[in-house]
Amino acid sequence: MRIVVLVKAVPIVGNERLGDDRRVDRANGLEANGNDEYTLEAALKLTEAHGGEVTLVTMGPAPAAEALRKGLAMGAARAVHVSDPALAGSDARTTATVLAAAIRRLEYDLVFAGADTSDGLGGVVAPWLAALLGLPYLSYGSRIEPGPDGTTIQVRRLGARGYDLLEAPMPALVMGTQVLGEPRYPSLRGIMQARTKEIATWSLADLGIAPDTVGAGVAGSRVTSTALPPPRAGATVVREAPDAAVAQLVDFLAARRLI
Amino acid sequence: MPGAIWAIAELDEEGQPTRLAQELATLARGLAADAGADAVGVVLGAGASTVQAAGTALAAYLPVVLTVDIPGAAEHAVAAAAAPALAALVRERRPAVVLVGSSPDGKDLAGALAGLLDRAVLVNGAAVRWTDGAPSVEMSTFGGRLVTQSMPTVDEILILVRPGSITAEAAAKPGTVTAVMPAATDTLPLVRVVERVQAEAAAASIDDARIIVAGGRGVGGPDGFGVIRDLADALGGAVGATRAVVDAGWIAYSQQIGQTGKIVKPALYMAVGISGAIQHKVGMQTSGTIVAINRDPDAPIVEFADLVVIGDLFEIVPRLTAALRARQA
Repeated sequence: MRIVVLVKAVPIVGNERLGDDRRVDRANGLEANGNDEYTLEAALKLTEAHGGEVTLVTMGPAPAAEALRKGLAMGAARAVHVSDPALAGSDARTTATVLAAAIRRLEYDLVFAGADTSDGLGGVVAPWLAALLGLPYLSYGSRIEPGPDGTTIQVRRLGARGYDLLEAPMPALVMGTQVLGEPRYPSLRGIMQARTKEIATWSLADLGIAPDTVGAGVAGSRVTSTALPPPRAGATVVREAPDAAVAQLVDFLAARRLI
Repeated sequence: MPGAIWAIAELDEEGQPTRLAQELATLARGLAADAGADAVGVVLGAGASTVQAAGTALAAYLPVVLTVDIPGAAEHAVAAAAAPALAALVRERRPAVVLVGSSPDGKDLAGALAGLLDRAVLVNGAAVRWTDGAPSVEMSTFGGRLVTQSMPTVDEILILVRPGSITAEAAAKPGTVTAVMPAATDTLPLVRVVERVQAEAAAASIDDARIIVAGGRGVGGPDGFGVIRDLADALGGAVGATRAVVDAGWIAYSQQIGQTGKIVKPALYMAVGISGAIQHKVGMQTSGTIVAINRDPDAPIVEFADLVVIGDLFEIVPRLTAALRARQA
């Protein structure tokens, strides 16, 4: 089972900021998006159980390679880093187009992506990519297993009231959630081995994409203004004994018409 | 006349437009009035009578509703089943703005639709206003630490809109419902639903709850959530949780709030036994009123709550539940 796992290197949660160009500052420390590590873990478990290899793919600036290095240490076989100065400021449309071009150059049975990224919260790149690649799209996975005859993939799709069991022939694109299970920590041996694993760096020229068709210049939207959210007044701290504290709390909720 | 403003309606299990769909319809009507454009609702679903009934319900909010019967939609994942027909309808009628709900189904549909149409998408909209001849989309980014306004650079745009962008309000008079059959030229590989499995006791959804009572490690274990559930019941709210307690198996992932869970914005957020780590904070800090109940006066949540009760949650929460019940009686 050959699995391509998409990884997005996002700003470290809590440290995110916009640069002077009003685009997300990616020079301030990056880490793999939370949900991407869960899908990588699921991919590693599947290849351990059924054979095959995991290839990581990311699109991002030079520091994004750190997220790939960690994924290699966790057990991925190789990694592809799509990086090009012209890609700065790309929107979801460019991201899906460029990732599709990269994935078309790989051999795979499955492509995995994590649910919503913490910096963009878009959640549209994975279905967009599936449409471009013509792949069946199975989303919000909480469990991923090969189908009974080995030619299909079965995914439990989380819903508000349970799950739907989805099935589609491979190759397919699966978007996964945290419920897939806790990602492993890289072992010391894994970290050592990762140093010798290949990270191929592909430019737009390698993918046959013209630089003027991507990046901020063709983005479908632009940030026109930014503001800080209205500040909170600071907490009222109640330290009374339980009965008195509850009476204060009820008065507070009633005054705000919340009860 | 400028291109129309469309609202794509998501249907609930009974086949009725969801609250998010009603909000989108209300939003589309307001934007269209400001733009001097037509407001149109679109209902996609399985079965002519289902979409007709849903279309009639949606027409309470919009002057024109189009319904599309998608054969097989009930047995297949939504994006691939509905996107080709919707893409054909958009190509035929060229709306300027297509509003889609930022729910799991909405995001899947919008991504597939954008892929077929090669149309740009503005995601994560918290509010949309008509400004200088185009929609301006407000987003809460970086876990609520920054509010941005974005505008499209193209004439035709998809916008994903979060729950709670506007209060749903019916129009003065109901609109018309028309069944249409767009000739899809694209195909996407269908994904079959083998079975739909309901959780034994499904909890109230946190997505658009007005009140959320959330528990963290401080509740001590799965049994500790009993007092959280009781309080949520007394408040008519939903139960939320931190990642730590979901990972521990005390409560289902559907209730998780934060970085790898859901982002919520209730009128009242009660954080019980929750320290307020950044991974949780990013999912709830734009809530209207934040109340914390915690033993630790130095917990990070004190920094961004409106009211903090310092003490043992097992002494405070049951008394609060009883006091609320007594008020209601």
